[in-house]
Amino acid sequence: MTLQLALRHRFAGFALDVDVTAPPGVTVLFGPSGSGKTTLINAVAGLLRPDAGRIAVADWVLLDTKARYCLPRHKRRIGYVFQEGRLFPHLTVRQNLLYGRWFAPRNVTPEPLDRVVEMLGIGALLERRPAALSGGEKSRVAIGRALLSAPRLILADEPLAALDEARKAEILPYFERLRDEISVPILYVSHASVEVARLATTVIALQGGRVAAIGPPERVLGDASAVGAREVASLLRARVVAHHDDGLSELATAAGALHLPRVAGAPGTVIRVRIAASDVILSRAAPVGLSALNILQGTIAEIQPGRGPAARVVLAVGAERLIARVTLRAVAALSLQPGQTCYAILKSVAVAPEDVGR
Amino acid sequence: MWGVLAGWLGPAEWEAVRLSARVALWATAVSLPFGIVTAYVLARWEFPGKQVLNGLVHLPLIMPPVVTGYLLLLALGRRGPVGEVLEQWFGIVVAFRWTGAAVAAGVMAFPLMVRAIRLAIEAVDPKLEQAAGTLGASPVWVFLTVTLPLILPGIVAGSILAFAKAIGEFGATITFVSNIPGQTQTMPLAIYSLLQVPGGEDGAARLAIVSVVIAMAALLLSEFVARRVARVVSGS
Repeated sequence: MTLQLALRHRFAGFALDVDVTAPPGVTVLFGPSGSGKTTLINAVAGLLRPDAGRIAVADWVLLDTKARYCLPRHKRRIGYVFQEGRLFPHLTVRQNLLYGRWFAPRNVTPEPLDRVVEMLGIGALLERRPAALSGGEKSRVAIGRALLSAPRLILADEPLAALDEARKAEILPYFERLRDEISVPILYVSHASVEVARLATTVIALQGGRVAAIGPPERVLGDASAVGAREVASLLRARVVAHHDDGLSELATAAGALHLPRVAGAPGTVIRVRIAASDVILSRAAPVGLSALNILQGTIAEIQPGRGPAARVVLAVGAERLIARVTLRAVAALSLQPGQTCYAILKSVAVAPEDVGR
Repeated sequence: MWGVLAGWLGPAEWEAVRLSARVALWATAVSLPFGIVTAYVLARWEFPGKQVLNGLVHLPLIMPPVVTGYLLLLALGRRGPVGEVLEQWFGIVVAFRWTGAAVAAGVMAFPLMVRAIRLAIEAVDPKLEQAAGTLGASPVWVFLTVTLPLILPGIVAGSILAFAKAIGEFGATITFVSNIPGQTQTMPLAIYSLLQVPGGEDGAARLAIVSVVIAMAALLLSEFVARRVARVVSGS
């Protein structure tokens, strides 16, 4: 189900002007605060009426200002996971979860309660009230509540932003399961490139109310104009080979073996690993006597000078791209040229557990 | 227990207590739906003339009660514009009837009720109502399933406050519906009448005691119920 987002909206001192179509899967709206992410998602939910535009999920039109059509929010069949949860304080967890089902059309079958409860691990909480839940538990209940309303589209507005790192690591896998197990498109707002790397099928990078880039995450995350030079990263597809006794996991990529701190997933699982461009060191010769465990071989595809003293060197490794952020001085000293074979060095510990996802 | 109370009070005084209770209950019950709607409109809607509505609602609180009673008489008396319509179309006469006493009490208590409920509505996070909307609840259902349960403590407090005010209403009642024993003579009016005649002090004192007890009981009950409801609603 494709998602069409065409909107124009003007606030005091801010204008949103977007016209994109996203393919099925998880579409992440990515950008700094103030870039218009929340405005856009609220327009989709019907919490805000834009000046002009058209919003449609496949052929289900939610808004078309040209045809003077605006579906009221309670008829949009959208499961909105809010940043602060917004659980109803006077209802139990079970009543919160079933709230949306009450209003769902008779002819649709929502997810069974048991399955959602099991998937989110909230079986023990059903009779509690939101006041008695921890932050992570509230988030999971909020996800379940949105899911159980039989939505045609799930919206999530920075659902992890209010959580600490440990809770984020707890909730992210649930969104991955949502993406992999339920065939409802998801529009996910985030300003964290880690979440983009792990969840996105498509990324829409927003800047100042405009679309800076749209595409698959490995392309948008590597685009400095979309994410900012410091945030540039590569996404490598890797297969888990083995978990070793010293706490490292061995992964196979198109460019060679990667050894990372223990990742989740049985041997054979394919995962994606986010590698920040500034964590990568380049070498012309095969390096020896290094403490770094990961040495990947590739061919220089492109050298992109930045605005400052740094440049991005893009290596082609198999069908994928690995980006290194190095100084222009280093590019000159090594006389790096497109077409050369080059070695990328990556410290294992530079990749944090949250950089790795399915 | 009621028998003992009736015996202690004497028939005329007992009549006044019963009439007061009936007037105050009806005044509170009938004005409650209007009170909730008015409070909601004042709390959540923005429209030109909002301050005028707000002023109108509060008028009985700041005007001399006698003036309120006089205005009610002008409007709702048998020859008043509203009174005439009520009588001809619906056969309802409120002038010089207990129903009129209930109208006067209701109008005087209305601002207190609206204030309490409005505060409760303003304390409800509109984001919760938005969330209910995205889950498929129409505005009416949002109100019934989210807003209303969350403002219950305010509704209880506002109702009991209004009841206490209605039971003690004097100036507007005596001006609008006069002081007819068994018909419009509520407790405060009966106390006033008893004090006008020699030897009436004992009866006045007994009714005064009843008034104080009712007022205290209403206050304690409202605190208790509001706290209970708040605990259920907030889920702690």
